[in-house]
Order: sequence, then structure tokens, then C-alpha cells
Amino acid sequence: MSLTYVLEVVLAVLVLGAAVWTIVARSAFSSAVGFVSYGLLLSLVWVQLAAVDVALTEAAIGSGLTGVLLLSAAATLRATEGTSGTGPGLAMRVAAAICCGFVTVAVAAVVLTLPEPSPTLAPEVVAALPATGVGNPVTGVLMAFRALDTLLEKVVLVLALIGVWSFAPDRYWGGHPGLSHRLSADGVLPFFARTLPPLGVLLGIHLMWTGADAPGGAFQGGTVLAAMWLLVMMAGVRDAPAIRERWLRLALVSGPVVFLAVGLVGMLAAGAFLAYPVAIAKPLILLIEVPMLLTIALALGLLVAGPPERTAQSL
Amino acid sequence: MSAVLDLFTIVAVTAGAIFFLAGVVGLLRFPDTLSRLHALTKADNVGLGLIVIGLLPQAGSLYAAFKLLLVWLLVLLAGATVGQMVARVARRAESPG
Repeated sequence: MSLTYVLEVVLAVLVLGAAVWTIVARSAFSSAVGFVSYGLLLSLVWVQLAAVDVALTEAAIGSGLTGVLLLSAAATLRATEGTSGTGPGLAMRVAAAICCGFVTVAVAAVVLTLPEPSPTLAPEVVAALPATGVGNPVTGVLMAFRALDTLLEKVVLVLALIGVWSFAPDRYWGGHPGLSHRLSADGVLPFFARTLPPLGVLLGIHLMWTGADAPGGAFQGGTVLAAMWLLVMMAGVRDAPAIRERWLRLALVSGPVVFLAVGLVGMLAAGAFLAYPVAIAKPLILLIEVPMLLTIALALGLLVAGPPERTAQSL
Repeated sequence: MSAVLDLFTIVAVTAGAIFFLAGVVGLLRFPDTLSRLHALTKADNVGLGLIVIGLLPQAGSLYAAFKLLLVWLLVLLAGATVGQMVARVARRAESPG
């Protein structure tokens, strides 16, 4: 029994423990905290499986950003929590447990009955990778071989934000999201929000840049940038922008728009939608990734900031 | 020389792990929030610091060593901030008004 094996077993037990804790926790807040720990442990599992790209995404999106969303939802719902009759009834709980159990068993069955060796496109990806100019196969798949999925993902992100904004009451439409009404000059959090972002912004851009040849990418980098922006807004160092701002909306759609434009040019230059001429594949991928980073950072930050709750004139 | 460095690593990392263990015991056993925070932040700051110092000889390159130190500094910054904020909430909850 090797040391790695022991580590893997301990990790698996911890992940299962965090999962159970997340489900059985009494308050929504504890449950959200459990979910964050669960996500961080899960990203360690991905590292152990040598899937560092997935680990980074799990830590940034699955644990970090979703965690913040769940925590703010829990904070919003705290007032209604604990009052009798609001929770789901026994029948509902049993039905949910049966459905979840069924999904777990089905996934386990599929994974355990995979043929050996499991079907994979990895050799084809590795063989075709030099044509894209990037060295990280994950980035190659996301930005070249399956670029359409990545493009649609960004569109979904913008649509999700429009969905959140549509919750705004008419009188606040175009106004500021509701985070941090008081701007404070000093205190622990504002100090933190002034100290960390320079390094965080550097790290976010580094993650995007290094994603070409090493684990990383626009999504992970964008999430780090969004986290820095949220920190600045939550600490009250800077107010959230009014959502009617022209620059904000242009920057939000810049990712999908540039992606689409490059895709359409590919139709003329390389013969298919989203095809890149091999000679300039790498610069084109970078051209797409930079506005995409901006779109991801803005969309994720604004998704957490929520619908507008103040008019654009106030503050 | 490498045996000495390995020994240094083992001693420092073990000491760090002991700090973490003590921090966990404190977190579970101390009577009030502020004491528990005290235990937790000591484990984070000193324990992680000792582990990072212990791992420095094994880092292989200056760049990797710098990254290890950076991780420690960031945890120090985040830990100190979060510790302060939790303590504030706890104090407000203890003395209403």
C-alpha cells in the first residue's frame, strides 16, 4: 500500500464527508460553507488525477464563485429560514433522495462499465495540436477543436446575466447592483481590497496567458479577475457600475462578438465557420481570448452583484 | 549536504504539522469564538510558515521557492483579514447595542 494510495483514500473519505455534511447541515449558510470545502477537496482530487485544468476550474468556479453565490443566497434567505412549514415535506425529501440516488448509481454504473481502454480522442487531439500553435491540449480543445462550445458558453454567460438583471424593479432599471451602499475609506476589508487586487489582476492575466502551454485559461483567469472586482465592490472601495453604462455593455458582449467575427472570417479564409488559417492560428486564439477574459470577468462579477437595486442617480 | 537539507525539511514540516494539530485541538476545545480564532490563526500563520520554510530546500528552483513564499504571504494576508472580520462579528453578537 503506497503513500499515494493512502492519500487518495483519505481524500475520497474527506470528499464524501464534506458532501454528506453539505446535505445534512441545518442552516443554508452551513450548507454553503460545506459546499465550498467540498469543492476545494474535489479540486485536490482532480490534481491527484493529473487534471490540473479541471482542478483550477473547480476551485475557481465550482467552489469559489458558486460558493459566493450560494452564500449571498443564504444571507438573503436567512430571514425566512427556520419558520415552520417552509421546508419541503417528507414525501418531497424522499423523492429527491431517490432521484439523486438514481443519478449517482447510473453515473457509477456507466463509469465502472467503461470498456478498457476507455474510448478517447486524446491521441487525435495531441496529433493535431501543433496546427493550433498552443501547447496545452485542453486549451486546444476549448479554443480550436470545440470552439463552437466555448463560443456558446460565453453567449450563455451573457444571457444568464440578462436573466439576473431582468429581476430589477422598473424604477431601478439601468441602476447600480445592490452591493455595498456605504463607501468606507478605512478598515480591515478596504485595506485588503486595496492590497490584494494588484497581485490578483496579475495572476488572472497570467492564468489566461499561461493557458496556451500550461494548465490555465481564460475562464480561470476571468474568475480570478471577477473575484478581485467583487472584493473591491464588497469592501466599498469602488461602487458597482450602473448597468446602463455603454462601456459596460460593450465590454460584456466583446467576447462573443470578437469570437463570432473571427469565426465568420474563418468561413472566408479557411473554409469553415470558426476555422483558423493555420499560419495565424495562435494569434487568432489570443485575439479571441483577450476580450473573452473581459467578458468572463465582467459577467461573473455582475452575476454575483445581482440585479440593480438603486437608481443610477443615487450615490 | 542534501541529507542535512532533507533533515531540515523533515524537522520543519513536522513542526508545522504539529502547529496545525494544536490549532485544530484549540479550535475544537477552546470555550469562546475569540480564543478559537486565536488558535486557528496561529496554526495558519506559523504552521504554514514552517511547512513553507521546510519545503524551500526541495523547491528545485528559485522561481518555485518564490511561489511558495508568495503562497504563505497571501495566506497571511487573507488569514489576518478574515480573522479580524470574524472577530468583529463575534464581538458584535456578544454585546448587542
